[in-house]
Amino acid sequence: MTKQIRQLDRVVIRFAGDSGDGMQLTGDRFTSETAQLGNDISTLPNFPAEIRAPAGTLPGVSSFQVHFADYDILTPGDAPNVLVAMNPAALKANLADLPRGADIIVNTDEFTKRNLAKVGYQTSPLDDDSLAGYVVHPVALTSMTVGALATHQVSKKDAERSKNMFALGLLSWMYSRPYESTLRFLERKFAARPELVAANVAAFKAGWNFGETTEDFAVRYEVKPAKMKPGTYRNITGNAALSLGLVAAGVRSGLPVFLGAYPITPASDILHELSKHKRFGVLTVQAEDEIAAVGAALGASYGGSLGVTTTSGPGVALKSETISLAVALELPLVIVDVQRAGPSTGMPTKTEQADLNMALYGRHGEAPVAVIAPRSPSDCFFAALEAARIALTYRTPVILLSDNYVANGSEPWLLPDVESLPDLRVEFATKPNGEDGTTFLPYLRDPETLARPWAIPGTAGLEHRIGGLEKADKTGDISYDPANHDFMVRTRAARIETIPVPDIEVEDPDGDARVLVLGWGSTYGPIGAACRGVRQRGLSIAQAHLRHLAPMPANLGEVLRSYDKVVIPEMNLGQLAHVIRARYLVDAISYNQVRGLPFTAAELETTLEEVLKNV
Amino acid sequence: MSEPVAVKLTAKDFKSDQEVRWCPGCGDYAILAAIQQFMPELNIPRERTVFVSGIGCSSRFPYYMNTYGMHSIHGRAPAIATGLSVSRPDLSVWVVTGDGDALSIGGNHLIHALRRNVNLKILLFNNRIYGLTKGQYSPTSEVGKITKSTPSGSADAPFNPLSLALGAEASFVGRTIDSDRKHLQSVLRAAAEHEGSAFVEIYQNCNIFNDGAFEQLKDPSTRDDYLIRLEHGQPITFGADGQFCVVHPPGGFGLEVRETSAVRPEEIVVHDATVADPAYAFALSRLPGLDLRNTPIGVFRSVDRPSYDSVVQAQLAAAKATVTETPEQQLAGLLGSGDTWTIV
Repeated sequence: MTKQIRQLDRVVIRFAGDSGDGMQLTGDRFTSETAQLGNDISTLPNFPAEIRAPAGTLPGVSSFQVHFADYDILTPGDAPNVLVAMNPAALKANLADLPRGADIIVNTDEFTKRNLAKVGYQTSPLDDDSLAGYVVHPVALTSMTVGALATHQVSKKDAERSKNMFALGLLSWMYSRPYESTLRFLERKFAARPELVAANVAAFKAGWNFGETTEDFAVRYEVKPAKMKPGTYRNITGNAALSLGLVAAGVRSGLPVFLGAYPITPASDILHELSKHKRFGVLTVQAEDEIAAVGAALGASYGGSLGVTTTSGPGVALKSETISLAVALELPLVIVDVQRAGPSTGMPTKTEQADLNMALYGRHGEAPVAVIAPRSPSDCFFAALEAARIALTYRTPVILLSDNYVANGSEPWLLPDVESLPDLRVEFATKPNGEDGTTFLPYLRDPETLARPWAIPGTAGLEHRIGGLEKADKTGDISYDPANHDFMVRTRAARIETIPVPDIEVEDPDGDARVLVLGWGSTYGPIGAACRGVRQRGLSIAQAHLRHLAPMPANLGEVLRSYDKVVIPEMNLGQLAHVIRARYLVDAISYNQVRGLPFTAAELETTLEEVLKNV
Repeated sequence: MSEPVAVKLTAKDFKSDQEVRWCPGCGDYAILAAIQQFMPELNIPRERTVFVSGIGCSSRFPYYMNTYGMHSIHGRAPAIATGLSVSRPDLSVWVVTGDGDALSIGGNHLIHALRRNVNLKILLFNNRIYGLTKGQYSPTSEVGKITKSTPSGSADAPFNPLSLALGAEASFVGRTIDSDRKHLQSVLRAAAEHEGSAFVEIYQNCNIFNDGAFEQLKDPSTRDDYLIRLEHGQPITFGADGQFCVVHPPGGFGLEVRETSAVRPEEIVVHDATVADPAYAFALSRLPGLDLRNTPIGVFRSVDRPSYDSVVQAQLAAAKATVTETPEQQLAGLLGSGDTWTIV
């Protein structure tokens, strides 16, 4: 039969199933196919912390949302247009997020009495009218997959496990996705087991062909490529981009990168990725604990490496004492905090921005460090380079505040030209710097950067001792002198405050906005999408986004004071708002949400419109 | 880094310009002097030598050595030194620590450094007391120790540092005494020559808070009856005219001390530090009683095992050996790997 083809400008699809159903992989493959087509993309995985929660239960539901469009988009989308529900739990867990009229594709094979009972359905929602407001497509995904693989040399279990490829095939047909990259992927993934390559490819094609032939799917959709800057792109997650940024920092500085890390969600993927890049001289140590991880990184920095440690909030808490030592030693150190919902273990796989206070202030004594935050998955690459630049140039710890949303979300990334990346080369001290020509003064500063010399072991004539005890200015000798301590504390503060960072830019296309929305980190996308929505309604609003949280841009006070109102949305209880109020005496409106999920553009839009009404 | 130039150094070359500020009479002075005198014979240039310490009286040590040095934070020296050592295999990295620093707050880092066999020389100054915080009991204090924090006597059993190190898979374990410069230097010499972690416990007197803790091992009238001087390849005998010896009683799990006259010569254990099974060195570490009788000193264990540093560096070297491009070309290749698409 001939299918009708309908053009759409944007679609949001959510794949949802049991943790063992392979939904992350399915979403990832659909995203890759979509990227090949040239749509703009933004993705949001959402999975439980349990590796395999009991099958079929609500806590075991894992989902992957992908938003793609023929224009540039900023978020993974507020609400799915299509839900793929692999079992009753996936339907129940996600139904509330669906707008009326959304398509729901359900795997009817899993809607058994037992599975329905597991999630508290008395009767099947497929049989009553509870889904009347939606377009439901009942598909016997499992049995059709098993049927399609009847002649294949695979076990029944393996055949059933291929059902995610059937679903992918169906969705790929529905949205006219090019699937060559998926076939290549399957060949790579199951290279050691050719029978599984054949089975998965067959399942994929069965799904595609099912869409083509069944009357249940009368319409096929197309989303045209987005207008994007010319160049070569890849789809990238924040954690992958951050890892590549660290590798790039090693190449551009000419220093070996040393990563000390202890496994922790959601930062472990950075350790996994960097451990693959020994060819670049990247050395990774999986330490015995968080404290050892940062200690080893600091030891490596002392020896002339770019020392890095990656963790999440609970790990930063443990590293705090060593970060203070790095402040005293004035050595480069990059601390990556992929924030997750806290306190304590909190919700390890959910996002939050609640470590800002800890990054800015969470140390004993006056221990200032530089703090920066990436705004999107691909921006993690550049943020990592910027963190390395500050650490190396100013010989200071830098905390890089990523979060679970940018770390696991993905977007297309226009690959940068390697030569255009910042030059991070450093000079180690090689000879005495004292006036007598023979003395080495480890705390004699560069007048411009206030950085002290980096004299690494192995350099003859510069043998010296450093430590956590207060040091005398210039000589670095132990000093309890009151005036010296006062001077050193103020100098350490000035070292950070005077780091030049770019001015903050304001986006105000109408030029007459009286309200400014200020954000930091991963909220850039939702805030930007909300501002667009507000402007589409004919209202003016300005957006500014902080990358540098310490020091802050020099023009920030002036920018803030030039608006009648400043709104600060954060996924915490107002940590940046506190800083802004204290530093700039601006009566900022703090808008907060701590649900472990990113803001939706719609809720921010509503909030901003409320504020605009009262200006 | 420039190649080392052979210059004959002396103890003086290893003395920094800092005033030494331990209490007068502290055992640390003797250890410092012994090490400063011993360092030149290693023929390692000063700039290639790094002392890393934690917190405590002993951890002031790096300030007094004219080498590279870092006085870090409490308990973390083995972790910091691990990062330095594994990333800089050209350096000789020494960790100076105490019984509180290494065995209490830093216990985890110590056992993992030993397990990994990081190329560190770890010197544990054991005075069985917290000195810098003015006299609380330590994890090596005897049970019932009365201190400011334990007026009724400490309730917890101490660690035996050597047993602990052996349990942590240490490849080199030794013990020596602050006041015996010759012996101290001989153990350090063996430690320095060892590839991998070398753990040396140094009995050190705190004359302020725990004076005389090891007096029986030092007093000329008792020391020969108390000390067992281990020498590789030699039967283990001690006391006046070899009055006592160490035997492995049949049916027993460990070693015991006997009157030499009461056993056949072939029953006396011949010391072999290279025995693969750590049970032997462990049994030696269990010989001393609460009164310090039968305290072995010397090298308990010295076995060959690849250092963590060497394994990691070999992996790096193997990966780098496959590289034919410049770092920038490699990076461009890495950034563009995976599924890419081009928009014109």
